[in-house]
Amino acid sequence: MFGPYTGPACFTPKAAMTLAIEQTKTAEPQARKPRGGVLDPIFEGLCFISATTLLAALVGVIGSLLVGGWPALHKFGFSFLTVSEWNPVTEVFGAAGPIVGTIITSILALVLALPVAFGVAVFLVEFCPPLLRRPIGVAVELLAGIPSIVYGMWGLFVLAPWFALHIQLPLMVAAPPGSLLANLIQGVPNGANILTASIILAIMVLPFIAAVLRDLLMTIPPAVRESAYGLGATTVEVILSVSLPYVRRSAIGAVMLGLGRALGETMAVTFIIGNSHDFPKSLFDSGSTIASTIANEFNEATGAMHTSALIALGLVLFLITFTVLAAARALLGPAKTV
Amino acid sequence: MLKSIALAATATLALGLAAQAQAADISGAGATFPAPVYAKWAELYRAQTGIGMNYQAIGSGGGIKQIEAKTVDFGASDKPLKPADLNANGLFQFPMVMGGVVPVMNLPGVAEGQVKLTGAVLASIYLGEIKVWSDPRIQALNPGVKLPTLPVTVVHRSDGSGTSFIFTTYLAHKSAAWATRVGGSDSVQWPTGLGGKGNDGVAAFVKQTIGSIGYVEYAYAKQNHLTYALLQNQAGAFVAPTAAAFAAAAIGADWTKAPGNYLLLLDQPGAHSWPITAATFILLYKTQANPAAGKAVLSFFDWDYKNGDAAAEQLDYVPLPPAVKALMRKEWVAEIKGADGKPVYVSK
Repeated sequence: MFGPYTGPACFTPKAAMTLAIEQTKTAEPQARKPRGGVLDPIFEGLCFISATTLLAALVGVIGSLLVGGWPALHKFGFSFLTVSEWNPVTEVFGAAGPIVGTIITSILALVLALPVAFGVAVFLVEFCPPLLRRPIGVAVELLAGIPSIVYGMWGLFVLAPWFALHIQLPLMVAAPPGSLLANLIQGVPNGANILTASIILAIMVLPFIAAVLRDLLMTIPPAVRESAYGLGATTVEVILSVSLPYVRRSAIGAVMLGLGRALGETMAVTFIIGNSHDFPKSLFDSGSTIASTIANEFNEATGAMHTSALIALGLVLFLITFTVLAAARALLGPAKTV
Repeated sequence: MLKSIALAATATLALGLAAQAQAADISGAGATFPAPVYAKWAELYRAQTGIGMNYQAIGSGGGIKQIEAKTVDFGASDKPLKPADLNANGLFQFPMVMGGVVPVMNLPGVAEGQVKLTGAVLASIYLGEIKVWSDPRIQALNPGVKLPTLPVTVVHRSDGSGTSFIFTTYLAHKSAAWATRVGGSDSVQWPTGLGGKGNDGVAAFVKQTIGSIGYVEYAYAKQNHLTYALLQNQAGAFVAPTAAAFAAAAIGADWTKAPGNYLLLLDQPGAHSWPITAATFILLYKTQANPAAGKAVLSFFDWDYKNGDAAAEQLDYVPLPPAVKALMRKEWVAEIKGADGKPVYVSK
């Protein structure tokens, strides 16, 4: 019933450890794995099932998105990606508006979030008095825990009116007509636009990037930084020329993870982006993202082609996110030993 | 640890079984617009009869999909199905309660009910043809009102919604340009404007944008004291959106001449009728595989017809006129049958 018996009678972890230590002590060349009777194969099997279920779920999601979206992809072909007409009445669907909106808002969010996240991480690692380190760290983590719908409501009822009154209107009044700035900021002054959506997104991805950056900076061996200081470098020089290059690859990966989150964010954006399917013409123009379009229309999509077009949009988002994550993976590279 | 997981699993299983044991409960899914009144009715009905009604407000489209998949006893939709679609699936629909859609505005210096609009002008605004409030087409309807030279900002629903269906269908009815360029549907390709999510999203954009116009459900406009416009009805009168004006539209409508009860209460005759009125509908299978379940559903809705008007009015919905209810009771007997061909429910 049991496999060949090799271990001691009482197999507690502690006993196993002592045994392992003794084995190293006696310098036995082959470190043999202790056989665990019945439990080990079961445990191994369960782990295997967990891992493969995940893989199967992923394949299943891609498969069902492909099947569901096929009628729309087949009918509109490549124009699904390039045309910005989205008309549920005539059943003509082109997703260029939401695709462009998704990419613009995500990249803008990243541009806004990155400097702040960098500042938070560097402050926490380099300058922060130990007394403040915990509160700030907890605040960053709490920011990550706020449900996105709360951000959406805050954006709609607080940020948008404030933004319209104190930023958008003064800018529109001040900008000389016909100038590049005037073109960049034209739109309805009510705060529901690409830029406010990006600001909300930036606040949402900030804690992720900041937390990962902080952890990365912590992994730098003290010897590396101390030698830089020993050579007479200032704090700024140490951070810019030693710390950052040391974690550069992994940091880019962290940023990509933030981008992945921004791409898929749904509710907060839906509330504040203005939801127009056209190409956004300026920073203060309303637009839409892939996720916001699906959230808006899926419930009431009664036509088969409309449903299919929305599922195809889901597939496009999946592919964009997948590409970003794959890029992050490649940049993170093989796990470095620290 | 393992033990507690096992215990929890057993408890969940037991709960699931208990839920199944109460097979007498009615299940439905669909439109979000009538969900508050359905929930109120369910609460009152349960208190009186002990039978529960579980309604999932997943949207009209979802309600239609769920009833077609036979996962619920009834579906609910703000958008009536066309007779051909009903027959294709063996479904029957009847109106349950009414509401209306109200244009709301944010114009400084203009009080509620001060601005008069017609369907055609409303369509021109939503087409983006009328760009300022002082446009002669609006001014001509409002000789005594000083309209500001503000740009018009159009606000519409961004989510697919029965409210949008009613509103855009009304515009298509009143304007040939709207009918050909946009059409009437749950979600359309809006020629201009901003999209807010839900009634609250539209209301927020209207409140925050000077010179804006939007449309919301009547109950929402009333409860939030939004500045509404008067609208011209078929008889040529400018009416305010009130419960009486919705009821007037329903009385003017002739349900006996609507096959499959496919009837939109838009632009109905009558001097007091509100032009953008609509009923919300219940979908049932004509042949009930389980007559007991069909009977339970119809008993519930008949109880609501008889006892639910006060609760509906309290929530700013408009009850159906008695004549329409009587007609539906007759149709239940004629249309909804068990596999044996006998009516599943006869109202007493």
